[in-house]
Amino acid sequence: MCWQGTRFFWGRIAGHLRAPNHVWRFQVSEAVQESELEELLAEYDKEVSTPTPELDGDAPRELKVRPSVSDVVFKSSAFLAGIITVAIMLAVGLFLSIRAADAIGTAGFSFLTEVQWSPETQKFGILAVLFGTVTIAVIAMCVSVPLALGTALLISEITRGKLQQWLITLVDLMAAVPSVIFGLWGVFYLQANVIPVAQWISTYFGWIPFFAVTGENGEVLTEASAFTSSAFIAGIVVGLMVVPTQTSVMREAFSQTPPGEREAALALGSTRWVMISNVVLPFGRGGIIGGTMLGLGRALGETIAVYMIISPIFEINWQVLKTGTNSVSALIALRYGEASDFSLSALMAAGLALFLITLVINFTASSIVARSRSGAESEA
Amino acid sequence: MSTTELLEPMPSAGPSPDADDITVELPARRAGATQIPDVTGVEEGPRRTLRGVRVEDAFNVLGALVAAIATASLFFGWIAPLTGIAGWIAVAFLLFIGLYAFLVSLTSDWQEVKDRVWTVLIVSAGVILVGALAFVVVYTFVRGKDALPHLNLFTQTMEFAGPLDPLTEGGIFHAIVGTLIQIGIALAVTIPLGIVTALFLNEVGGKFARFVRTIADAMTALPSIVAGLFVYAAVIVLITQQRSGFAASIAITVMMLPIVIRTSDVVLRLVAGSLREAAYALGASRWRTVWHVVLPTARSGLVTAVILGTARGIGETSPVLLTSGVTAVANFNPFDGPMISLPLQVFDFVRSPEPNMIARGFGAAAVLLILVLALFAIARLIGGSGAGQLTPRQQRAAAERSKRDVIRMSPTGPVRNGQRWIDQDIPSPITEIEEQ
Repeated sequence: MCWQGTRFFWGRIAGHLRAPNHVWRFQVSEAVQESELEELLAEYDKEVSTPTPELDGDAPRELKVRPSVSDVVFKSSAFLAGIITVAIMLAVGLFLSIRAADAIGTAGFSFLTEVQWSPETQKFGILAVLFGTVTIAVIAMCVSVPLALGTALLISEITRGKLQQWLITLVDLMAAVPSVIFGLWGVFYLQANVIPVAQWISTYFGWIPFFAVTGENGEVLTEASAFTSSAFIAGIVVGLMVVPTQTSVMREAFSQTPPGEREAALALGSTRWVMISNVVLPFGRGGIIGGTMLGLGRALGETIAVYMIISPIFEINWQVLKTGTNSVSALIALRYGEASDFSLSALMAAGLALFLITLVINFTASSIVARSRSGAESEA
Repeated sequence: MSTTELLEPMPSAGPSPDADDITVELPARRAGATQIPDVTGVEEGPRRTLRGVRVEDAFNVLGALVAAIATASLFFGWIAPLTGIAGWIAVAFLLFIGLYAFLVSLTSDWQEVKDRVWTVLIVSAGVILVGALAFVVVYTFVRGKDALPHLNLFTQTMEFAGPLDPLTEGGIFHAIVGTLIQIGIALAVTIPLGIVTALFLNEVGGKFARFVRTIADAMTALPSIVAGLFVYAAVIVLITQQRSGFAASIAITVMMLPIVIRTSDVVLRLVAGSLREAAYALGASRWRTVWHVVLPTARSGLVTAVILGTARGIGETSPVLLTSGVTAVANFNPFDGPMISLPLQVFDFVRSPEPNMIARGFGAAAVLLILVLALFAIARLIGGSGAGQLTPRQQRAAAERSKRDVIRMSPTGPVRNGQRWIDQDIPSPITEIEEQ
C-alpha cells in the first residue's frame, strides 16, 4: 500500500501557469514535520512555477513611418480633394441657409401655414406648394411602387441569362433619359389621353373626396378643361421617372436572398410565388422601403416635367384629378426671374425647406437599407 | 408501430429464398473502376419531362389573351357605351387575368393557380414598364421625324429664324455647342475632383473620410432647381451680374459631383483588398499602388461612373434655366453672355404655340435622346465587366504573356532526372496497380 508511512497535505501553487488557484494534494513521508511542510511547498512552488519574465525597461517599439515624397503628395492631394468637395457642399448649404434666414425671419412661423405666395406684400408661405409637392409625390409612389416591385421580382426571380441582363440594362437606360423628354411626353401625349380615364374615375369613384371634381359652389364638373394640368397627370409622369431608381435598389436586395433559404422553401414543396412571398419579400423588406424612399426623394425634387404639365395655383387642392396644383420646384422655376432681393430670399427659403425634406428622406432610406438584412452588403 | 412488431427481427439485407426479387450478378471487382450494372432485359419506363414550359401552359396564356381582347372589343364596340383606349386596355387586362385564372384552375389546384396568376402579374408589371419606356422614346422620335431630316437643324442657329419660319430654316447648332461647352467645363472639374475624392475615401480613410462620404451622400439629395438657385444667387447676382455658360457649368458640377463620387466610391471598393495588400507587401508605396494596381483594375468601372454622371448632367434643365438663360445665337465664350443648352432649348421650343417650333422642339429632343443613349451604350460597352475581370481578348493576351514568361524563365520547361518532364514517359500509378 503506497499510503503506508506517508501522509497527505494540501496546498496551492501560486506560480502555476494554468491553475494558480487549484488545490493540489501532496504525499510526503510521515517523517516530515509539520513545520517543514511550508518550506517544502515553497520549494516545490519555485521548482514548478513558470518564471515571470523580467520587464526591465521593455516598452512597445515606436514604429516610425517615413513616407516617401510621392506618398506625401498623394495623401495631401487626396485630402485637398476631400476638403474642396466638402467646402463646395457646405457652401451650398450655408449660403442657402443664410440667404433664406432673411425671409424666414420676416415671415416667422407663418412661413409654414400661409398658402399665398406674394413676398412683395410680406404674405408668403409654403403650405400650398408643399401640399401640392406631397400630393404629386404620393401619386407618383402609387404608380411607381407596384411597377418597381413587379419589375424587380421579374428580373431577380423569373428571368435568367441574357434576358435578365437586357432587362437590367433597359431599366438603367430608363434612369438616364432626361426629365425634359418625360415632360414632353406628358404634355403632348398623356394630357389628352388620360383625361377620359380621369373623367371615368371621378364619375364612378367621386364619392371618395379625393377623386371628386367640383367647382367653387360644389357642383360636379365634367368637362375636359377641369381635368387638364392636374396633380394626377404630373404624378403619373414623375412616377415613371422614379421607377428605375426604385427597381435597381429593390432588385439588388432581392438578388441577395440566401439561396439556402430559397431552396429550403422550394424543397418543402412550395410553389415559386409562395417562396417569393415567404422568403424573398420579407428578406428584401429593407430594400423595398429604402428604394421607395429614395424614389420619393427624387419625386419631391422633380422640376421640369412638373413645371411643363401643371397649371400653378396657390391654394390647397384636395381633389387630385382637378386642374391646378403646385410644387416647390415649379414655384422656384416660375418666380425666379422677376424676383427682387427679398423674393429671392423667400424662394431660397422654399428651396431650403425642400432640400431638408429630401435630405431627411434620403438619410432615412440609407439607414433602413443599411440596417436591413438585405442591405448589409449592398452599396445602395 | 406496436411493440411486438418492433421486436421482430429486421428483414435481412441479402436475398431470402421466399423473396421474388431480381438478383443481379455483379462481375468481379476491379480496383479503380466504376461498376455499371448490366441492364439487359430491363424495360425502360416513360421518360419524365423536367422542362418548365408545357404546351398547355402556352395555350392557356394565349387563349386567355385572345379571349380577353375579343371580349373587351365586344364591350367597347357593341354592347356597352364605354369609350377610350385606356379603358379598353384596363378591361382587357382584367378579363385576361380572370380568364387565365379560370383556365389554369381547370387542370390545377389553388396553389398553382395563385402561383401562375402572380407570375402573370409580375410579368405584366415588367411589360408595362418596358412598354412605357419604349413608348416615350418612340414617341419622341416619331414627333421629331419632321424636323430631323433637315440638315440645317444641325448647322444653323435660331438667330435668323423665327417662330413662323418653316423647318428648312433655323436649327439647334447653338444648343449643341452650348451643351458641349458646358459639359466640357463641368467634366474638367468633376472628373479629377470626383475620382481623387473617391480615392481619398477608399485609400486614406479615417474619420474625416467618413464625414466627406456622409456629406457627398447628402448632396445627392439636392434638387436640381436648388442648385441652380444657389448659383444664381451666389454667382450671378453677387459677382458677375450676368448670366453665363460658366455659371451653368458650376451648377452642373454641383449636381454631377456627388453622383460621380458615390459611384466611383462603390467601384473602388470592389477592387479586391488582396491586390492592394500584395502591392504593399512587394514594397510599393501608396501612390504606386494606386496608380499601378487600383486604378487599372477599376478603370472600366470608373469610366462607367463618369459617363453615367455625364448623361445625367447633360439632361439637367432647371439649373441651366436659372443660370444661363435662353438665347438664339451661338455663344462660344462661356464667361460672357447667356449660353443655351440642348434640354433648355427643347423646353423653350415647346412652350410656343407654333407647330413648327414644336416640331423643332421634338427634333432637338430626339437629338438629345440620341446623345444620351449613345453615351449610355458606350458606358455599357466599356464598363461591362467588373473590377479586375478581363474580356476574352485580354485573357488571351494575358495567357500569351504567361507563356512567354515560362519560356523566358526556363526554356525547356520543368526538368526531371536530367530530362525534360514533357519528354519523359512516366507511367500512371493506376496502371501500375492494375498490373499487380
